[in-house]
Amino acid sequence: MKLLNQSLLYLFVPLFVLISAWAVVFYFSMLDEVYDSIDDGLDNSKLLIITKAREDASILNRREFEEGNYAIREMPRPAALRVTDLYQDTLMYMLNEEDLEPVRMLTTAFELDDRYYELKVINSMVEEDDQIENLLWSVLLLYLLLLVSIALINNLALKKLWQPFYRYMGQLKAFRLDHGGPLTGMNTDTEEFLELKRSADALIGHSREVYRNQKRFNENASHELQTPLAVIHNKLELLLEGGRLSEEDAAAVGQVMKTTSQLIRLSQSLLLLSKIENKQFFDNQPVSVNRVVRRVCNELEELLAHRNIDLDYAGGVEIVVEMDPHLAYILVANLIRNAIFHNHAGGRIQLIFASEALTVQNTSAGGELAVDKVFNRFYRESSSRKSSGLGLAMVRAIADLYGFRVAYRYTGEQVFCVRFGGREK
Amino acid sequence: MKILVVEDEQGLREAIRASLKKEGFLVETAEDFHVASEKVFVYAYDCILLDIMLPHGSGLDLLEELQQAGKSENVIVISAKNSVEDKVRGLALGADDYLTKPFHLAELNARVKAVLRRNTLGGKEEVAWANVRMDLDNRLVFIGDRPTDLNRKEFDTLQYFLLNPNRLVTRTALAEYVWGDHIDQSDNFDFIYSQIKNIRRKLKQGAAAVRIQTVYGVGYKLIHR
Repeated sequence: MKLLNQSLLYLFVPLFVLISAWAVVFYFSMLDEVYDSIDDGLDNSKLLIITKAREDASILNRREFEEGNYAIREMPRPAALRVTDLYQDTLMYMLNEEDLEPVRMLTTAFELDDRYYELKVINSMVEEDDQIENLLWSVLLLYLLLLVSIALINNLALKKLWQPFYRYMGQLKAFRLDHGGPLTGMNTDTEEFLELKRSADALIGHSREVYRNQKRFNENASHELQTPLAVIHNKLELLLEGGRLSEEDAAAVGQVMKTTSQLIRLSQSLLLLSKIENKQFFDNQPVSVNRVVRRVCNELEELLAHRNIDLDYAGGVEIVVEMDPHLAYILVANLIRNAIFHNHAGGRIQLIFASEALTVQNTSAGGELAVDKVFNRFYRESSSRKSSGLGLAMVRAIADLYGFRVAYRYTGEQVFCVRFGGREK
Repeated sequence: MKILVVEDEQGLREAIRASLKKEGFLVETAEDFHVASEKVFVYAYDCILLDIMLPHGSGLDLLEELQQAGKSENVIVISAKNSVEDKVRGLALGADDYLTKPFHLAELNARVKAVLRRNTLGGKEEVAWANVRMDLDNRLVFIGDRPTDLNRKEFDTLQYFLLNPNRLVTRTALAEYVWGDHIDQSDNFDFIYSQIKNIRRKLKQGAAAVRIQTVYGVGYKLIHR
């Protein structure tokens, strides 16, 4: 959930409760006020009527309300003495509305010349009723307006406030350690964002430094490792060449030399792999995959013949990819070599050029490989030390570098597929 | 032929020197930038093996000075950094070749001889030993005067032997030479073996005065019959 919506949620839940409570309280207190004022009016009318009755006894005979707003009825003393002022809401037929309408009625009793009367005073509540209804609507409207405006203002203000943050985030997303300059400044006065920028800049600076060191380390490690390996290897060559060794010693030296060769190949492959992963190759240009395949197959022609392996081409789509030609060569060569070396004599390799995808399919001596591990470093189908276990890892490293997708499946034959169109722009 | 080896690592310097001496070259060595810089401008060399990372300076700087003096065409740059930029820069500065450490001595021989061949006035692209002769431009092989048919890889393999007569050529060196860079799988030795078998047969059929001897299971040697 976006911060904007989260803050809105936090604001809305308490506001909802608060404003609802306030609306209820407000409504009832207003209602109370209205009743209070009507009741005061009724009380006043009562006093006026009683005063008038003293002067004009004829009104004591008003049994019904008729055109006036009161009715008087004589009652026995004990009943009158029990009466207290009673205000109540009731309904009465109104001519002008042609319907029963709410009225407020005060029922009371008074004594005049030792006789007791019951007095009922009414006040129409038609107006007040409307007013209360209006009041209710106003409160509701106010309530809605308040919520909407808070949401809007919150949205606008937060958006404006957070804009530098989002822009900076965009830069961070596009940030790559290996190219591009420092991030541009953040146009804000918000202390927290400035703090964030300072921290991010420090982090980036530090990461760049580490990355530079890493690159330097790779080169240095390469230099430091290759030279001693060269010394060992060349000295062994001279030793064997000297011809002064016994047969037994020579065999031992030969064994050391083979192991040294493995070590050399391993260190060179690892170095190449780390170079690919550190993105140190970037001489991108349009490369025809078909042409690279032809070149590799041409180089391997004699080996294919030696192993009696048939090579078929299918799907004549011309695949052109924007990438480093050297890496394109390694990618294709490793795939095809893999298909040759894990094939059996008299087997078959099929190369399928589809739109934006190259598929290498080969018969093999072994069965299905572990789908999730086949592109891992040092994955071998057997404990064989004959292969370095880095060939397919290199394929994947190159694919990852360019956003290609590599896939393996087993259909009775080994199928490796590279999709060149996988790049997300 | 006089060759200068500029290399700071003593073990490697000695190994290179010993190997080149076996080929009958006159070899001098320099262990740092200053010594190398002094020697290259005082003496004339037919070939200079130049390490890039040197004490007191970079081999590339020395190469630049050599280029300004018009003497860079017989330089082979040797570097532990298998970096494209260094390679491009080295060759742009006029170096003849670029060799990445570690290398096989047989490979070094082949490269040095290629430089010497190219820089010899009127030199033919040809290698020969005993009664075997190879025309590299036209990819032809003659035993005595009779041409012999070799396939492409057999041709490359025999050429490698002729560039390293009487020297140990290991199977890995052959594999790398024949297969090029970035070989991952090394179980292609059976292929090398079958190539050698074919060459042996063809040499015998052509009555060559040379033969290929197996050396301790690690490699081969071209020797006089």
